[in-house]
Amino acid sequence: MARLNSPQELHRFQEELLSRRPSTAFFVSICAGTGCLAAGAKEVIAAFKEEMEKSGIAAKIQSKETGCPGFCERGPVVVIYPEEICYLQVAPQDVPEIVAETLMNRKVVDRLLYVDPATKKRVQRESEIPFYKKQVRNLIGNNIRIDPRNIEDYIALGGYTALAKALFQMTPEEVLQEVKRSQLRGRGGGGFPTGRKWEESRNAPGDVKYVIVNADEGDPGAFMDRALLEGNPHSVLEGLIIGAYVVGAHQGFVYVRQEYPLAVENITIAIRQAEEYGLLGENILGSGFHFRVKVHQGAGAFVSGESSALMTAIEGKVGEPRPKYIHTAIKGVWDRPSVLNNVETWANIPLIINKGASWFTQFGTDGSKGTKIFSLVGKINNTGLVEVPMGVTLREIIYEIGGGIPRGKEFKAVQTGGPSGGCLPAELLDLKVGFDELTQAGSMMGSGGMIVMDEDTCMVDVARYFLDFLSEESCGKCVPCREGIRQMLKLLTAITEGKAKEGDLQLLVDLAEVACDASLCALGRTAPNPFLSTLKYFASEYEAHIKERRCPALSCKALVSYYIDPERCQACLRCLRSCPAQAISGAKDTIHVIDQDKCTRCGTCLEVCPPRFAAVRKVSGEPVPPPLPEEKRIIVREREGK
Amino acid sequence: MRSVVLEIDGREVGAKEGMTILDAARSVGIQIPTLCHHEKLEPYGACRICTVEVESRGRSRLVASCVYPVEEGISVRTRSEKIDRLRKMILQLLLAHAPDSPVLKELAQEYGAKEDIFDKEPSFCIHCGLCVRYCAEVKKLNAVGFVGRGTRREIAFVPEVASKVCWDCKECFPLCPTSALQAAYMLVEAFAGSGPGVD
Amino acid sequence: MELERVDGIIERHGADPSSLIQVLLDIQKENQWLPPEVLRRVSERLQVPMARVRHVATFYKAFSLVPRGRHEIHVCMGTACHVRGAPRVLNAVQEVTGIGPGETDMELTFTLKTVNCVGCCALGPVVEIDGVTYGKMTPSKAAEVIRNYK
Repeated sequence: MARLNSPQELHRFQEELLSRRPSTAFFVSICAGTGCLAAGAKEVIAAFKEEMEKSGIAAKIQSKETGCPGFCERGPVVVIYPEEICYLQVAPQDVPEIVAETLMNRKVVDRLLYVDPATKKRVQRESEIPFYKKQVRNLIGNNIRIDPRNIEDYIALGGYTALAKALFQMTPEEVLQEVKRSQLRGRGGGGFPTGRKWEESRNAPGDVKYVIVNADEGDPGAFMDRALLEGNPHSVLEGLIIGAYVVGAHQGFVYVRQEYPLAVENITIAIRQAEEYGLLGENILGSGFHFRVKVHQGAGAFVSGESSALMTAIEGKVGEPRPKYIHTAIKGVWDRPSVLNNVETWANIPLIINKGASWFTQFGTDGSKGTKIFSLVGKINNTGLVEVPMGVTLREIIYEIGGGIPRGKEFKAVQTGGPSGGCLPAELLDLKVGFDELTQAGSMMGSGGMIVMDEDTCMVDVARYFLDFLSEESCGKCVPCREGIRQMLKLLTAITEGKAKEGDLQLLVDLAEVACDASLCALGRTAPNPFLSTLKYFASEYEAHIKERRCPALSCKALVSYYIDPERCQACLRCLRSCPAQAISGAKDTIHVIDQDKCTRCGTCLEVCPPRFAAVRKVSGEPVPPPLPEEKRIIVREREGK
Repeated sequence: MRSVVLEIDGREVGAKEGMTILDAARSVGIQIPTLCHHEKLEPYGACRICTVEVESRGRSRLVASCVYPVEEGISVRTRSEKIDRLRKMILQLLLAHAPDSPVLKELAQEYGAKEDIFDKEPSFCIHCGLCVRYCAEVKKLNAVGFVGRGTRREIAFVPEVASKVCWDCKECFPLCPTSALQAAYMLVEAFAGSGPGVD
Repeated sequence: MELERVDGIIERHGADPSSLIQVLLDIQKENQWLPPEVLRRVSERLQVPMARVRHVATFYKAFSLVPRGRHEIHVCMGTACHVRGAPRVLNAVQEVTGIGPGETDMELTFTLKTVNCVGCCALGPVVEIDGVTYGKMTPSKAAEVIRNYK
């Protein structure tokens, strides 16, 4: 492959690729993102290769291992083009049929299609599936069409056109103005205006400047950056090079958490390929601009995703945040001007340059322009990645795209913003999603994690969970955070164990104030948010735990007891055999009884009791009904014809 | 260096660009409590007890005075109800670790901090970092350092280095706000081959 | 681990203090833990004081200063998995293996770690063993999977 030495060569190459692969081309995309791989995609991919070889069509029809298209609940996902036939939950044993029917005879295999739960009808095209229909997939839409390890797929879709335009048709200042006009705000959590950050670094004194991709993605439950970096690494790289051009940086870093080995691999391959094709490195596309990128792996620390801590980690030190009075845009890595942006922020740049700021600003609200990818997880039917314009309501995301709450349970709360965010109750379901809207409601956008909770989730436990998380992830340097979290965790744990004392809640609020006001960095300053938001919207749950030693969600182990309803138990022996503490007594025709002293509240009995009996019950805040006397436990069964 | 004029507690204070609010305050005799600060060491900004209120361009924020640089025209308050509340709680959190520390007890009296708000914690260290930073920046020996993070973070002597240099030095011992003897205890533990961070 | 291999890794990244984390990551990947003599070598070659090497090695979760078991069990405790019942799965795993998070058993069979989100939230609760992902785990299913490794 010859280097592309000018924008004309790039455009010619694009045209050549398109002529080789017209839009009417017949090919198979199989999602090879981490989620589908975990669900068995590797075997499906192997099965396709084998089957297509056997049928002799491997030369005519291409099969592609692609990035994550977001419908993780129904993986492994296979999409066949050009008809966009979408098969879900594909198993290796389904592949021979798909090859024979769809690839060889253009016939659809109905049983693998999506079934609309409302209309009960089967949906053939990917874009018609309700999960996708309401989305505006500007950023993530291409994932299913691209093999992330093949730069030509990206170029064929118009990739690197924005870079050519920026380098040859615009000055750095003009590119900066376009980004500022787009009103793009950082997608990592801070929501800081991207154009302003770039401008600060551009104007800062110094010859050596850096641009950095933050792919640390530490918020548990958030995986959109993973999907973008794994699935379409060039979209991020192209944005980064454009940013470097504006700021005047010749060295960039991609900081990826080591827990994402596939993302590390794919961005490394992408960098190498971009260099081979003349799109990165010396004299990019013959423009005279040179820029190199290094991949730096994280080593397992949530706090090092904080921008100043990340820069300190790049320097090889512990990821302790620095005071924010010194802007890292002016004094960042090795005290040089450094622009750090999130993966998704960088991925937006090529779109803004190609289609213009006016195109971008048509999406979103006044204060939050563009689209945002959310990871919709937890108690939700359609778990996955959802890209919508800002301003869509929580209700639309959770019910119309997410398909609502599974098993007929009731929605209780949605948690956004990770450990820095808050829980929003049902009353706020019509809230429009945006930076300021979420902050005003007591939560925040964060990186886009959206965790849905139902009636079985204990909100006090949620607050305790996040503080537990932060007690380990805090860098530990400053007192309000380290000691504040230490004591808040102790107090909340006591509440979930029914050991709360008079004044504990007030002490929690006082500690929250110190952490919010005096912590060194945003981790400490926002650490009390989950507690404060749950106290605001679910105060009754706190009261129940403290005053009645009762967990309304029947979740807190120390406050819950299990018992077997003698009216429903059919003595099937299943729970008796599964109980790890051997706490259940009974026999084939004898009602099973749980010994409360031995019971460890593991929940196994509830899990294994057949749904048609549903005999295991949980209670909280009240004593378990006393067991039946032994004589009454015998089941007398009517036997017909004996 | 350019001169900067700012207001601290209603008084006009002349300072130089590059100074911190703490430096400027001390230069005119205004007291701000500190625990992790030392003239021979780089400002650390960890104890947060030096927190003050800064008003600039109509916005008010709480900052650590030992690291915040002076700016022309800002107005600083070193005491207020809010600030006193923060300092009281910081002291109470630290007293759970080191209730016998003379400097903590003195400050506790001034701010009304009580030692029994929180249960006694097993570790005496308040993480001021004076020992670690003194050994790194002044002695350049790095015989003692931090290990771990979050609530598990601790100080630990490095046995190979400490066994050679500490006994003849011991300059960090009097720096420890909690107790010099406890620093020695950690040292002896390190010699014996136990203690945090030793494999 | 032979010191030549350590030196080789250091050459790849450059014998510079800023390479510390990347060097330790490669050593951890190859050797599964960071022995004291390896840390000393890294400290010498990279010109980083031992106190700082140890802070880095104990600050980041990826590193282990003690040998690890043959099988590494990761139980995801991310928010999505937590909400779907991960704590009960963890309890079951602890019971079957006899060790707690961060621990390795005496026979070096298992090392148990809790991790904060592996990004497979659709399959939660998730347990990873030796890099193989087991999704939609329940306490009893997790116990059974682990018994098969014993």
